[in-house]
Amino acid sequence: MARPVGEINASSMADIAFLLLIFFLVTTTMNVDTGLARMLPPMPDPTVQQDQQDVKQRNIFTVLVSKSDRLLVEDEMLDVSQLREKAREFILNTEDKENLPEKDIVDVPFFGSVPVTKGVISLRNDRGTSYKMYMFVQNELVAAYNELRNEAARAKFGKLYDDCSEEQQDAIKKLYPQRISEAEPKNVGGPK
Amino acid sequence: MPAISTASLPDIVFMLLFFFMVSTTMRETTLFVSVKLPEATEVVKLEKKSLVSYIYIGPPTRTYSVTYGTEPRIQLNDSFKSLDDIRDFISSERDALSESDRNQLTTSLKVDENTRMGIVTDVKQELRKASALKINYSSRKMVPN
Repeated sequence: MARPVGEINASSMADIAFLLLIFFLVTTTMNVDTGLARMLPPMPDPTVQQDQQDVKQRNIFTVLVSKSDRLLVEDEMLDVSQLREKAREFILNTEDKENLPEKDIVDVPFFGSVPVTKGVISLRNDRGTSYKMYMFVQNELVAAYNELRNEAARAKFGKLYDDCSEEQQDAIKKLYPQRISEAEPKNVGGPK
Repeated sequence: MPAISTASLPDIVFMLLFFFMVSTTMRETTLFVSVKLPEATEVVKLEKKSLVSYIYIGPPTRTYSVTYGTEPRIQLNDSFKSLDDIRDFISSERDALSESDRNQLTTSLKVDENTRMGIVTDVKQELRKASALKINYSSRKMVPN
């Protein structure tokens, strides 16, 4: 008794699919989130007495960003364009100067026993500093580290840091540890 | 010359369609604040999106600036929030994760580039108190010149 069912006309299928396709093409955003990754220092434990200044002055590279977005690096006014160079100089300390950070001899895989800087970059900002400037300074500091890491990678492994294997990257990270501390907030441009 | 058969065209289109359907991520939150991210060259990709929670800081968009003013405000999920709400927000985000992932929670700060650091510093202090230490300053990738 079954009635013969006529075949469904599928020629409009392509049109429907095209329509859906265009809809998804338009709504899709395939942007990957990018940014500068950072670790915040843990909150100091109030029950534990704070150690008074256990880092020597020569091991700290202070970068102050004032509320008018100007830079004070190691108590000297500096233009942002020079910051990267200055940070490099601080991290490397090629001539073992008195006022630049000390070095520890550390065993690093692939590199053997090499001096590794004990320097810490301390970044301070005012409440009035613009976020744009703050990010610019952060970026320059990270760039200084990345440059050094890239140079080490190229000298040792003959390729860029990003192209190195995980062990090689770890070794280079040990050679140039990224120590940027975002200090406790403090007003830089005078009292409130 | 015989006509090219278009019989397989729907199949091809469907394949493309599925690709886009799968790769699409639709924006989950509507933004109440306008955020123009700063630019940086040394950016890294933010991985594992499920472990990331977002904090938006910026001036309210035009529709909301009548009620909320033009000073930068904090947006968590779908509403304007104050500083004190951050800790609750972080703990609820953390509860939503599985136990093994809890200490991997990353907070992505999407801050407008014209914001002053004061509010950002306050947010950072709150995050420290909530011990959500892994953060990411969201920024656009700039090609170094």
